[in-house]
Amino acid sequence: MKQFGAFVKKEFYHILRDRRTLFILLGMPVVQIIIFGFALTNEVKNAKVLVFDNAKDVASTSIIHEIDASQYFDVQQNVTSYSQVESAFKRGAVKLAVVFPSGFNNDLEHVNKAPIQLIADASDPNTANTLINYASAIIMDYQDRITNEHRLPYTISTEMRMLYNPQLKGAYTFVPGVMAMVLMLVCTMMTAITIVREKEMGTMEVMLVSPVQPLKVVIAKAVPYLLLSMVNVASILLLSVFVLDVPIHGSLFLLVGESLLFILTCLAFGLLISTVTDSQQIAMFISLVGMFLPTIMLSGFMFPIENMPILLQVISHIIPARWFFVIVTSVMIKGLGLGAIWKETLILMGMMLFLLTLSIKKFKIRLA
Amino acid sequence: MKAVVVENVVKSYGSKKDLVEALKGISFEVDRGELFGIIGPDGAGKTSLFRILTTLLLADSGKATIDEYDVVKDFKAIRQRVGYMPGRFSLYQDLTVEENLEFFATTFNTTIRENYALIKDIYSQIEPFKDRRAGKLSGGMKQKLALSCALIHRPSVLFLDEPTTGVDAVSRKEFWDMLQNLKRSGITILVSTPYMDEANLCDRIALLQEGKLLSINTPAGVIGNFKQPLYAAKGSRMLQLLNELKTFKEVKDAYPFGEYHHVVFHDEAGVPPVASYFGASGVEMFPVTPGIEDCFMDLMKTNE
Amino acid sequence: MNNDTIISVEGLTKRFGDFTAVDSISFQVGKGEIFGFLGANGAGKTTAMRMLCGLSMPTSGKASVAGFDIYKQTEEIKRNIGYMSQKFSLYEDLTVRENIRFYAGIYGKTNSFIKEKTAFVLKQLHLEKDADKLVRSLPLGWKQKLAFSVAIFHEPQIVFLDEPTGGVDPVTRREFWNMIYKAAEDGITVFVTTHYMDEAEYCDRVSIMVDGRIDALDTPSGLKSNLKASSMDEVFLMLARKAKRTGD
Repeated sequence: MKQFGAFVKKEFYHILRDRRTLFILLGMPVVQIIIFGFALTNEVKNAKVLVFDNAKDVASTSIIHEIDASQYFDVQQNVTSYSQVESAFKRGAVKLAVVFPSGFNNDLEHVNKAPIQLIADASDPNTANTLINYASAIIMDYQDRITNEHRLPYTISTEMRMLYNPQLKGAYTFVPGVMAMVLMLVCTMMTAITIVREKEMGTMEVMLVSPVQPLKVVIAKAVPYLLLSMVNVASILLLSVFVLDVPIHGSLFLLVGESLLFILTCLAFGLLISTVTDSQQIAMFISLVGMFLPTIMLSGFMFPIENMPILLQVISHIIPARWFFVIVTSVMIKGLGLGAIWKETLILMGMMLFLLTLSIKKFKIRLA
Repeated sequence: MKAVVVENVVKSYGSKKDLVEALKGISFEVDRGELFGIIGPDGAGKTSLFRILTTLLLADSGKATIDEYDVVKDFKAIRQRVGYMPGRFSLYQDLTVEENLEFFATTFNTTIRENYALIKDIYSQIEPFKDRRAGKLSGGMKQKLALSCALIHRPSVLFLDEPTTGVDAVSRKEFWDMLQNLKRSGITILVSTPYMDEANLCDRIALLQEGKLLSINTPAGVIGNFKQPLYAAKGSRMLQLLNELKTFKEVKDAYPFGEYHHVVFHDEAGVPPVASYFGASGVEMFPVTPGIEDCFMDLMKTNE
Repeated sequence: MNNDTIISVEGLTKRFGDFTAVDSISFQVGKGEIFGFLGANGAGKTTAMRMLCGLSMPTSGKASVAGFDIYKQTEEIKRNIGYMSQKFSLYEDLTVRENIRFYAGIYGKTNSFIKEKTAFVLKQLHLEKDADKLVRSLPLGWKQKLAFSVAIFHEPQIVFLDEPTGGVDPVTRREFWNMIYKAAEDGITVFVTTHYMDEAEYCDRVSIMVDGRIDALDTPSGLKSNLKASSMDEVFLMLARKAKRTGD
């Protein structure tokens, strides 16, 4: 154990003394999040709202009034058909439409339950999301108020429709994407490079001739990168919550646990690369081509998987980031629990174990 | 008990088409406490041999033991008891002198203090720079640090692969003095070098050329086996003299050797006619004792 | 400077911060001379050699190489010198012929010149049969000999050799020196560093650098008799031991 500690300590020296690399590793996620964030966020004010009121009763009128009163919205007009709603969106004249069904107040008073439909233009997913959130908040306010007045449990269910970009590719999705990218870079590439560097320097030779179990040497090298990755996860999450207002809907504990699983998968892959290469250049090349590019292109982060050609869709299944991406999106944005992502978690775990076993099997206790 | 036993070790690299035979059946033994030199130029197979003995490489065939442990089967036991200093000084460039030594000590489950006595002579020379990063040391200092690191666990057998290559004459001399001191502490030392003049500082030497052993003997023994008459010659026009020497059938070989040319004769009978010819033209010529380099060249040419 | 002087150095100095790597060295090398440039590691040999090759600007002092000023005419200098070091010489993944062709091309030689000279060099090195083999597959000694031939292929006035024979076997080492002698006879000036003291004896004159200065400069026999030493080895140790500096 003391040996292992010495190894980890040494590894930290390497990292801490290479200031430039350390700075890049820690600064990269911050910069990426901020660039993505500010490129995609814009403050919402006086967004134009269309109302399609089939009820025209007390309840619908007061909700419309409250929406109009808020600084975020500016109710433009009342329309009388869905086709008018659609054409307004197509012209880009409005950002949000609120649709009340006929007999809205009636339903509310007799069955204590009534739906409202919110339709947003999700081609700008960030704005769409914000608008829906704000509108829902106003509707919830109203619901709470009448519930208190009448001492009856009223429920107004808001049904949301995102036009043009139902999955809201954008703001929310780049957080999981950046996370996958950064972890891949730090874990896979840096681990592979640092192990291969010891081969190049000839220090690996001396380590092999020492009584230290060779695998220990290698695992010790992964430890600092594991910690560094956790720091990155933390900084990405903090930035997204406090700077970008992307909240963590699900369990933080689950999110961190899943990230750890993904980190281990990446580390195992880095290990595998290091066992089959002898030069830093090749290690870097393999990490980039084998891991980094597929992560960006095929994980669903940049391009929706369902729009890809079948072949690429099939290939995307073997990319760990694809599953991680689903997991983070589910936990962080949709607020789902382990019950919804157990399948992805198992797949990732399987990949991690496979890569780890393979790299241990391939690990050479000699030079050739 | 022999410290090292090597039996008919063969090692080749590459595929069938461009097969390189690094070691073509090497056998020798090293006694406990001996300072044993493997002398040969680059590409002779020194590094391959050392890597096989330190369990880093597997031989294609043949057998080798260190302290009676088999290099293949008992590699773990061997890794506990050997010290190894590869050709390039394998230090962590971004760690300080002291951090390097401490790290290697921990690697071998020991501490600097425990074995300080063994490395004191060597390490004390670089101790004033213990907070300097290894990458910023001079060649000679790196070499001393690497040696300290290889010794920190008091190995039973020490392997030094070309420790003096690329190091200047002063540092080389200091290094060999250190080895003589180490020998006194009972450690078996195998050292490889391309510098023929270092052979005399070993107890016994093995001359290695193109994967074959030309000779295994004490330095004096190697020299004693050089039976042909050897003369040194010096004239005013050295290049011309060399070419002229080579034309005599009595002369087996002639080559530059420092300020003189060395002339190898087939036998004593051949000396007088050549000597008298050149004596007439003012060439200085006198018998000399051969050095390891003369022997190496002679064996090399006989082998070809 | 007389007509036969090809390298002339006066008070040449190079400082890195407050470290004086080369401390006001002065010497002259004659045409066709084999000039040994010795010194312990860190004495300043490499720095001095870099300045002479036009790769590094001196801090002060004067020097001319092949008649060109090392401050202003570095391009002309580079065209008129050859350079070979132990570390960098040939492309291992190119064939013998491709290496020759490549280096000759750098110096803008005509095709007919390259063709003729290539045949000559291959014959001289007995490499005709191996001309289309990768350099990687040649023994070290052959590589070094080939590297030397390549370094003087464009018929430079001076060739700088940085430890050209390190690790080479004794027979090939002598063959290598034979080539050096031949080059010198053809009028090429040879400027060579080495760690082998017997090779210092093969030089016409030898300079020994200690701590950035040239401590001794004479013929090998002159050095030995001055210091009452029996060999160059002794001469070197006597001088280099005085060194205080321990940097690379």
